[in-house]
Amino acid sequence: MINPQTFMVALPEILIALMGLLCLILAAACGPRVTRHIGILAIATFALAGFLLFCHFRMRFLLNGALPVYGFGTQFVDDSFARYVKAVILGASALSLLLSWSYFEKDGDHRPEYPVLIIFATLGMMLMASASNFISLYVGLELQSLPLYVLAAFRRDTLKSSEAGLKYFALGALSSGLLLYGVSLIYGFAGTTDFVSLAIGFRDHTLIHPGVVVGMVFVCAALAFKLSGVPFHMWAPDVYEGAPTPVTAFFASAPKLAALALFTRFLLEPMNGLASQWHQIVFFISVASMLWGAFAGLVQSNLKRLLAYSSIANVGYLLVGILVGGKAGVQVILIYFTIYALNTLGAFAVILCLRRNGKSTEEITDLSGLSKTNPVVALVMTVLMFSMAGVPPMAGFFGKYFVFLSAIDAGLVPLTIIGVLSSVVTAYYYLRIVKVMYFDEPIGVLDPLPDWGVKTVMAISSLSMIGITIMPSPLIDQTLKAARGFIG
Amino acid sequence: MIIGLPHFLVVAALLFTIGVFGIFVNRRNIIVILMAIELMLLAVNINFVAFSTYQNNMVGQIFTMIILTVAAAEAAIGLAILVVYFRNRGDIEVEHANMMKG
Repeated sequence: MINPQTFMVALPEILIALMGLLCLILAAACGPRVTRHIGILAIATFALAGFLLFCHFRMRFLLNGALPVYGFGTQFVDDSFARYVKAVILGASALSLLLSWSYFEKDGDHRPEYPVLIIFATLGMMLMASASNFISLYVGLELQSLPLYVLAAFRRDTLKSSEAGLKYFALGALSSGLLLYGVSLIYGFAGTTDFVSLAIGFRDHTLIHPGVVVGMVFVCAALAFKLSGVPFHMWAPDVYEGAPTPVTAFFASAPKLAALALFTRFLLEPMNGLASQWHQIVFFISVASMLWGAFAGLVQSNLKRLLAYSSIANVGYLLVGILVGGKAGVQVILIYFTIYALNTLGAFAVILCLRRNGKSTEEITDLSGLSKTNPVVALVMTVLMFSMAGVPPMAGFFGKYFVFLSAIDAGLVPLTIIGVLSSVVTAYYYLRIVKVMYFDEPIGVLDPLPDWGVKTVMAISSLSMIGITIMPSPLIDQTLKAARGFIG
Repeated sequence: MIIGLPHFLVVAALLFTIGVFGIFVNRRNIIVILMAIELMLLAVNINFVAFSTYQNNMVGQIFTMIILTVAAAEAAIGLAILVVYFRNRGDIEVEHANMMKG
């Protein structure tokens, strides 16, 4: 029997799990004609779960969120960090459901399991954000990964999509194996899988053993796989290119944040006492991701592939936050990620608009002269690309600014220099898109724009890139509150 | 000779290495990759059970049960994706999975 405290701590997750099962039954019973309804039900579930995360009734029970509260023994933790991450995950999942509103209808794969898979993947991500034991970490990670493998292969009659699913599955399963091997070593040499006990043991130097360090390296490698940090990034460009575009948008936003939250919690909570050991690993992954994401992106011609390299470069900047550590580091990670997720979802929405003669296109050259044929789409894309490149009035600039400022405060000057230089290189490929849209010859009008779902995402994303600049205080206040609750 | 914890760990490490090599060195068949993944997970299970027994701590054995369950789900999904891929491609050779390059 579930005890009342656990029930209250995991209330949003319990809601999502039950609604996921309900949607699954509906999908199985009614078939493709209810896809729309299940989509609406899923978005409503995410909204309700988001409300439950912060509702007064639950917060009072959680002592107003001042301290972390545990559920399921100590398997599941609810603190302000987890709540913020979950809110962003729910938002990103809902937006990517909107992106897929009529996509599959046009391409003839409108099946009701799509929203169901998104619901279960979101549940897994929320568990990852709240995991405080290696067992719940593993279960959450797999609950997220398994639906994602299926989503990548969702257009099952195309070779590209099924190949993407296959590659994602093989490398994802490899990374799960690495993770488990690392966890088994940590468990074996430290004697526990609980994050709090590990944190105390490492802080007091009672548990430190070479075996634990080896295990930690394995876990770092596995989580870098999930985050697509160099040198474990090789799956990302192929999967981003092959998967259906709304699925790619989902991959680039919510699961990335879940993996990042897990990585942050793992390194800054249980492994905080081993900071000198993991610091160089994360430093290497961060620098390599920034540089590789910047330089390999220069030669890409496919927009989805380009955004894959862009996301690899962004992982590099996000890892700077982990290296900074402490509450300041956690705060810049959350600020940067929130801006990045909105930005990248908008960019994928623009890619979804690129259809000519009923066929979707995704090459950079397909954007030629868009400013003359579809000025609004071109303007949205310009705002988003300026923001990605970090041009000052847009929100993306402030994301990068806070990351580098915190890095300088923490004395990571070489890292900051590399980061700024690589961000100059990435500016080339973002600004080239703007140049192609405004200065190249038009190649014909796009088909009528997709439904309201894609338009809504484009509007939310581009307006927030400007809105965050005008009114940054809600974002900064909320992330500060989230970072304060972090134990590390 | 008494068989102790190190023996179990060595067996697990060997199996795990064979599993990793099975994924990267294997150039023929994708089914072999699925087998290699199972091998890795089973190596991890040996580790957990050995540690659990030698520490008199049940957590490792519970973890093993969970890993077995998830591994079954993972294998099912892997095979399903493989079937979908086979329908489109007509074969399951690793070398041929190269629609996208880079």
